[in-house]
Amino acid sequence: MFSYILRRLVTGLVTLFGISVISFFIIQLVPGDPAQIQTSQIADAAVSERVYQQLRELYGLDKPIPVQYANWVGKLVVGDFGSSFHDGRRVSAKIGEALWPTLSVALLSFMLTLIISTPIGIYSALRQGGGFDRSVSTGLYMLYSVPNYVAGMLLILYLGVKWDLLPFRGMRSDGYDEMTTLGQMWDLAQHYVLITFCFTFGNLAYYSRFIRQNLLEVVRQDYIRTARAKGLGERSVVLKHAFTNSLIPLISLIGLTLPFVLGGSVILEYMFNWPGLGRLYFESVLQRDYPTIMALNFITALLVLGITFIADLTYGLVDPRISYEK
Amino acid sequence: MATEATTNTTTAGAPAARSYWHITWRRFRGHRLGMVGLCVVAVLFLVAFLSPILANEQPILCRFDGGIYYPAVVDLVHQVPGTSLIIQKQRPYRLATFDFKREFDPERGDWALWTPVRYGPREIAAEPLAGPSSRHWLGTDQSGRDVLSRMVHGTVVSMKVGFLSMGIAVILGLVFGCIAGYAGGIADLVISRFIEVVQCFPAFFLILAVLAWFPPSIENVMIVIGLTRWVGIARFARGEILRIRETDYALAARSLGVRPAQLVLRHLLPNALAPVLVSVTFGIAVSILIEAGLSWLGFGVQPPDASWGTILRSGYENLFTAGHMIPPACVAIFLAVLSFNLVGDTLRDVIDPRLQAERA
Repeated sequence: MFSYILRRLVTGLVTLFGISVISFFIIQLVPGDPAQIQTSQIADAAVSERVYQQLRELYGLDKPIPVQYANWVGKLVVGDFGSSFHDGRRVSAKIGEALWPTLSVALLSFMLTLIISTPIGIYSALRQGGGFDRSVSTGLYMLYSVPNYVAGMLLILYLGVKWDLLPFRGMRSDGYDEMTTLGQMWDLAQHYVLITFCFTFGNLAYYSRFIRQNLLEVVRQDYIRTARAKGLGERSVVLKHAFTNSLIPLISLIGLTLPFVLGGSVILEYMFNWPGLGRLYFESVLQRDYPTIMALNFITALLVLGITFIADLTYGLVDPRISYEK
Repeated sequence: MATEATTNTTTAGAPAARSYWHITWRRFRGHRLGMVGLCVVAVLFLVAFLSPILANEQPILCRFDGGIYYPAVVDLVHQVPGTSLIIQKQRPYRLATFDFKREFDPERGDWALWTPVRYGPREIAAEPLAGPSSRHWLGTDQSGRDVLSRMVHGTVVSMKVGFLSMGIAVILGLVFGCIAGYAGGIADLVISRFIEVVQCFPAFFLILAVLAWFPPSIENVMIVIGLTRWVGIARFARGEILRIRETDYALAARSLGVRPAQLVLRHLLPNALAPVLVSVTFGIAVSILIEAGLSWLGFGVQPPDASWGTILRSGYENLFTAGHMIPPACVAIFLAVLSFNLVGDTLRDVIDPRLQAERA
């Protein structure tokens, strides 16, 4: 077990290193560095050139790329992502601000997905091929094929504009500060509805199908026949013996999807004017804000690796048959 | 392997051996939803290919000032690369300033067989942001261009991006997957690590970052999607090759002295193709989605060219005045994604014989 964890940590570090090197060099190869973008408005060519050189020096862009990379890693080791090239603020502060809007929607949508799709999955598996199973799985399949930003556009058009039921721009209405606490909460909740729905509905089909499929596979196992044979009630067989065992693959599915949900969605956040990580990334790319892009790439990669690692470990905890010794 | 077995048993009595793909197709035809999906895909493909004679500001066949012309047909032929060297539009229609609709004069004996949608995707035909009417079935956009015509021509973009980007991804994925799976050792280690690294970036982030320094155009979008989507295929191919490499027929071929390159290309790869095909079908749906999304963000197809994503974007920018552009683009994207998903799902069921038994 210990050697397994060690091995995973080492390979994880190597991968992380590879990711940071690749993204660093990719970003540096981009024509149009931040200094150039920021000086493009200056009309006087001589002034523009002078400011350009000064900015490059300020950002450290005049040094060779490997030196820049070494500097970046050196700061990263002490937990410093540097300052934004765009507005000079700390990158960690910018990310900290954008983190909660994205994280709250992600967690909310994730919880909703599990709460809704688990009963659907179980019920469909029990009544396999029945009316409920077929109609729900067809319906969810259609939903699954609706891209989330397409749904977002339609919801904004109908619920937001035509029927004027829900807000769809940002997290708060104008005049949020003058509202009572209760009013603020109600306002915030309303703003969450559409974007959370867009993040949730696609996963619904995926998760309920997944739960149904796994349960069907488990139900065919011998130990379920044993449980039935010894006279256990159907309820106990399904919930206690079958469902708990069908959860194991779910862990890896969660491990696979969670990091990407946490990364936010560029289009959805941009569409709903949501001040989250996806929009921050999009804006940073437009502004060639290298430190922010690097930090976001690094954090996402860390999340992907970390969560898959945790998922793999949890696998071993819930399923004693899995051994880490090789 | 089970597929191989069934192939043998079914062909035992028959004089002409039916190929694996023939059998797969027969099974595929039995799935109603899969066939519906395939039909929608075919229709989309046809619409894309025939777009110049479906929506064009110039007629299919016309008589103008005594001569007979067929400008839209020439546009259709020009869809095949290289044909513009052989056949060109006749004189007045070739000129950018020539407006046939204005020059059209029935009293001179002019007549025209118009395309079903009489407006070109870039033609400024009416008032901007007009709602649906009998002349413009889906209304017009912010520049007064016919939305239906732009939808038709947007299909070309989606189909091109879907198929060509996956083409790039398949070639890269198969090459690297085969090398990693067959050679093993250091090559496998390096390629597998690299795949893992690429997969750690959310695809959309990666694409956005790459596009930030490629000038946005449909070609670059295709290349970038291809370059980021190959890893999934490579992983699939690697796994399949690893599995097939150990089979008896691979061993037989090896012991007959077949060289490695030939062994991979002739004996291993064809048997690994089926699962790859499934992921390619889903990949096309994803590419179409990514293209529309990128165009929506302004990184894909550039105005005045039409794509479903840019139409959606015009709708978003004129939400309060011209919502009529949003539903058609949404329906088109949804239909394309749904039909490719249906085909992919059916293919998977058909190719994996274990699932077949389960359904029976």
